[in-house]
Amino acid sequence: MDNKILLEIKNLHVWYKVYGGYSKVLQGVNFLVREGERVGLVGEAGCGKTTTMKSILQILPPGDFHIPRGQIFYKGQDVLKMSFKEIQRLRSREIAMIFQDPTTALNPVFTIGNQIGDVIKYSTAFEENVYKEKIKIQSIKAIKEVYLPDPERIHINYPFQLSGGMRQRVCIAMAISSPRNLIIADEPGTSLDVTIQDQIHRLLNKIVEKRNTAIILITHSLGVAKEMADRIYVMYAGTIVETATPEVLFKNPVHPYTKGLLASVPKISGGGIAKGIPGKIPDYLNPPSGCRFQLRCEQESPICSEKPPQLFEIEKNHLVACYLTKR
Amino acid sequence: MKQVINNEILKIEKLKKYFHVGKDKQGPIYVRAVDGVTLNIKYGETLGLVGESGSGKSTIAYTVVGMYRPTSGQILFKGKNIGMEASRRSLSSKKEIQIVFQDPGSSLNPRQTIEQILALPFRIHTQVPKKQLREKMVKLLEKVELSPDYLYKSPPSIGGGEKQMVAIARAMASNPSLILLDEPTSALDVSVQAKIINKLIDLQKEMNLTYLFITHDLSLMRNVANRIAIMYLGKICEVAESVTFFEKPLHPYTQMLISSVPVISEEEEKLKPKKVISIGEIPSPVNIPSGCSFHLRCPYKIPICSKVDPEMIEFSPGHIVRCHLFAKLENKKQQRSDLYEEESVIY
Repeated sequence: MDNKILLEIKNLHVWYKVYGGYSKVLQGVNFLVREGERVGLVGEAGCGKTTTMKSILQILPPGDFHIPRGQIFYKGQDVLKMSFKEIQRLRSREIAMIFQDPTTALNPVFTIGNQIGDVIKYSTAFEENVYKEKIKIQSIKAIKEVYLPDPERIHINYPFQLSGGMRQRVCIAMAISSPRNLIIADEPGTSLDVTIQDQIHRLLNKIVEKRNTAIILITHSLGVAKEMADRIYVMYAGTIVETATPEVLFKNPVHPYTKGLLASVPKISGGGIAKGIPGKIPDYLNPPSGCRFQLRCEQESPICSEKPPQLFEIEKNHLVACYLTKR
Repeated sequence: MKQVINNEILKIEKLKKYFHVGKDKQGPIYVRAVDGVTLNIKYGETLGLVGESGSGKSTIAYTVVGMYRPTSGQILFKGKNIGMEASRRSLSSKKEIQIVFQDPGSSLNPRQTIEQILALPFRIHTQVPKKQLREKMVKLLEKVELSPDYLYKSPPSIGGGEKQMVAIARAMASNPSLILLDEPTSALDVSVQAKIINKLIDLQKEMNLTYLFITHDLSLMRNVANRIAIMYLGKICEVAESVTFFEKPLHPYTQMLISSVPVISEEEEKLKPKKVISIGEIPSPVNIPSGCSFHLRCPYKIPICSKVDPEMIEFSPGHIVRCHLFAKLENKKQQRSDLYEEESVIY
């Protein structure tokens, strides 16, 4: 398990510029991915999962964001201090990202072959001259690898000629068309049906295992995270609240938010539905000082509003950011 | 008053809804969204209608509520035929059936205040004097746990869960007996979903409501619905009580669905059928495959499947399935215990 560290995010803060000030979305995110590891990032809508991932690749909306504090290390190098050329290299050769909605991730006026070909072209552009034929062979190989029927035809198809599940496979093919060390999958199955979602997740798992690539799977479904990840991060309102292996997290959740989230998931074995978590995510413009979960927490105490709790190791590989654990 | 003939509040018989989309040499092309659905809903129950996108589940709801006119078939509500569009229905039948849509962001008018939104059903369906209207609306908001000052807010200024609560309150305003819930929580987070579902269950008991709950989330249905109906390409595959449904799923498509649900505990893992894994995609409703519409994805396909469309069979009381595998068993007229043995061979 203790492979070399591939990606490490330390105390990352990201603010967005909005009317009336800064929307303080991320508040001290700490995140770690080792080589070949499958990491799940779970959280509700608007908790900053995608913002965290976009800040790794530096694809946040230009001019609208501000990073007051924090470091992102990729293979020991700080991404935030990289030159433009280095970041381009990171995007084209090291990290691939699969987006949530396959309908908008592909350009409707170019063929599939064209779009996969571009990825291959730019990922090798730093080294050698790549010929058109070679790109074609490689992109057809990538389409074959995601089990799409009739790769030759798909190669000359446009995105609108494919179904949602097939488009998502094309996006995965783009991500794996050239060797990468890290794949970021941003809710790859959310906009698809359950049976198709299951297929996509199995495919991703297979590819990651075969190539020994590290993957960060962003999801809002705890069930998906359990099936896909070696280690899970639970995120709430811009902070990581708990991290553990799935076995530990589902058996012995510690943070009140994780507990509430787990209880809210309906089970196919029955047993009714818990009452959910009262309240809603705090306003990012004026977030409460201290722990961001305090307003919804049932075990709130005065110390919670003083300063944000830090991640604290309660046992090996199980970290929790809550004052309750220290008492 | 209402004449109750039997214990069924809504009876859908051989309902078909085709949409005309164009024509070619052979003649007009139709999207067969709903293709011969027979479904009953009993008083006071929650029927879960589950299916993938494009299976026609929302079309059923829209036809029942009168947004579409059925191509053929009958819809009986409390014994009366309501198989026509809403403009030709009586006001009293419209009052009794209400709908809650999937996305509260687009089903509530962003330019109106909540007060205006909630006042409309009162104005149309009840004779509440203007002076008491406000009092009634405050009571309605109390039912869904919103404070009276929400009356002066507009939909864009409140959260997604609260918007859906307002949509539910609007549906409750005319004091209906049947509410169609068209994926009411699929746009929301789990912690908010739990809150809304619990409120819906409470309101059902309090107001004696019947729900038709449309969703693609099987694990939610296990906890909410009394009975579950599975839909695939405009047809019903299987109807059963929700407990038997998960313990003994019969139709291969049902097994595929249950095996695809991501689960979080070990006892759930045990319930998942292991051998049926998900393959293929739902075909387009324009070109529905011949015979059984599922045969292209079915792991237990037998020759007859691609030729003949199976009939609905009552496998055990209340458990209806539409599959050739079980038709064969019934023809042999075996004892029920034998049926289960043979069934385990199929699994």
